[in-house]
Amino acid sequence: MAAAVGVVAARRGLRTIVAEVAARDDVTRVLDEARLPLAGRYAENELAPGLHHISIDPGDALEEYLRDQLPGPLADVLAQSRMFTVFAAATPGMRELVSVGKVWELTQNPRRTPGAEPYDLVILDAPATGHGLAILEAPRTFAETARVGTVARQGRTIHAMLADPARTGVIAVASPEEMPVNETLALCRALRERMGLEVARVVVNGVARSHFTAADAAALRRADSEPVRAARWSHARARAHRAQLVRLRRGLDGVPCSTLPQLHVAELDGAAIAGLADRLERSL
Amino acid sequence: MIAKRLEGKRIVICAGSGGVGKTTTSAALAMGLAAEGRKVAVVTIDPAKRLADSLGLEDLGNEPRLVDANRFAGHGIEMKGELWAMMLDAKRTFDELIGRLAPDEKARDEVLANRIYQELSGAVAGSQEFTAIAKLYELDREGGFDVIVLDTPPSRNALDFLDAPDRLTGFFEGRALRVLLAPTGLAARVVGRGTGVVFGVLKRVTGVDLLQDLSVFFRSLGGLIEGFKERTKGVKALLADPATTFLVITSPEREPVEEAIFFRGKLRDAGMPFGGLIVNRVQPFGTEPADEAAIAETLGDAKLAAKVVQTWDETRVLAGRDQASIKRLKRETGDLEPVLVPLLEGDVHDVDGLVAVHAHLFA
Repeated sequence: MAAAVGVVAARRGLRTIVAEVAARDDVTRVLDEARLPLAGRYAENELAPGLHHISIDPGDALEEYLRDQLPGPLADVLAQSRMFTVFAAATPGMRELVSVGKVWELTQNPRRTPGAEPYDLVILDAPATGHGLAILEAPRTFAETARVGTVARQGRTIHAMLADPARTGVIAVASPEEMPVNETLALCRALRERMGLEVARVVVNGVARSHFTAADAAALRRADSEPVRAARWSHARARAHRAQLVRLRRGLDGVPCSTLPQLHVAELDGAAIAGLADRLERSL
Repeated sequence: MIAKRLEGKRIVICAGSGGVGKTTTSAALAMGLAAEGRKVAVVTIDPAKRLADSLGLEDLGNEPRLVDANRFAGHGIEMKGELWAMMLDAKRTFDELIGRLAPDEKARDEVLANRIYQELSGAVAGSQEFTAIAKLYELDREGGFDVIVLDTPPSRNALDFLDAPDRLTGFFEGRALRVLLAPTGLAARVVGRGTGVVFGVLKRVTGVDLLQDLSVFFRSLGGLIEGFKERTKGVKALLADPATTFLVITSPEREPVEEAIFFRGKLRDAGMPFGGLIVNRVQPFGTEPADEAAIAETLGDAKLAAKVVQTWDETRVLAGRDQASIKRLKRETGDLEPVLVPLLEGDVHDVDGLVAVHAHLFA
């Protein structure tokens, strides 16, 4: 989904970057079909005109942060000190903080990273609900824990950006099933209560559609070959998805909601993502 | 099928990406083992409300409760043993653990009241993983169960789960920080400018209050560290025990498949026991082309038959994808007979759903 949003943004002429966290690299796998030799994992790679990608590794982000904050030799000492890295890795929330800190850095114009170009749009491909919230909340948590000092000040700056609807929009991605619908509704509530942030849009992915009318469904009961059973099964599944969508929309209470159909493709490749981007554009 | 692999196992850990049906699989496994006559506890992390309701888990108790066998009567499951179920409350498990390890009430209260501790135990990332293992250990030692089935937290990286004991104990011991603070510590020698500088750097990076809180935290934790170390050792031994088994749960989609293969490799590296793969949500139909004329004849409706074939061709693509995924999983994990559970037409969040999954697991 982050990839599809990225494609839409790049088509509109925005210099865009999709950032994955926790050292994941799923977007490149989908979009980078040419398998370009990448300049290291923690690099801003251009996958398509205007569309960039970075996989944020907390260790690299911490090191970069230290270099930005401290005079060279001191940063070297700390970054190379095993004890410091162990301590940093073990501090609860530190990984989340430096990851979201890097996302903030990507949004800056001019960039703090020497020689780096600014972006018009930064898309954070956040982890699932609980961990995703932990990432968004990390700056404020640290700001509150530290109260004074550099981290507190920077935490407040980053939190201000995340909590500002003019600068940050959250897209909640769901699938039309019981658990994901519950989680999405819980996420909207939690963002509102804990961050004061309204979800800008919910996108429901993989919605099964049925080709059959109610009369067709009744007629399908008359035969029992495997394709006919598959037809009845697909129809029932589409109905279950519809029921979940109704439940989701009712719970969302006015938050805009787009749906994307289930794709019948063997591989989710660049063409499939482009197709999803088309549909996403039309639904906006 | 799965029963044979679980023979003689006391701990069954279900690992895998989020959204692949881990919780349902855990519950169905536990139900099946209990139906066979054993006393089973299932520890779930965040079940769908309907599943929780169907197991009678409405109120959080943080201790396993006996599930009324009557809930399964009328669904074709005869409960010869006992099924116990609980929903993990991470914060409470953490508090209880501190209570157990603290030498006295004063030490316990000091830790529980500390701001760093509160942030730490309330954080989703890390603390769920850690407390799930802590609970597992406690139930194994004191619960009197024949089998414990653990549903792991929906972390993006299953590795977080294996690392949790070490990471947290490392933090509690505060070795790194104490070394940095000690005037003659290694850090002082490495930096070569004395601890004052290092202290100053940390102050600059983290803020002064954090440091003060940390030192109070580590001081009040002092009496608990031995207990933590002891626990971590016990937990690690438990995870590597031959009576423990890890089941890797996945769906045939690409990302969970990659995660499953990755996790399988990590288990191998860590010398932890791999019990096999469960592939959920597999397309339940074949990949052969359909005979449109024959379908039109049996249905007596050519237009409807065309729609049936259109639908069939769509499911065929996905069925082909699933077969390719399963082939890759077999090759990469070395499990040549993974348990396959078909994608069901409805959601699986009630007793009927559990029974349906159970039928495939124990076929």
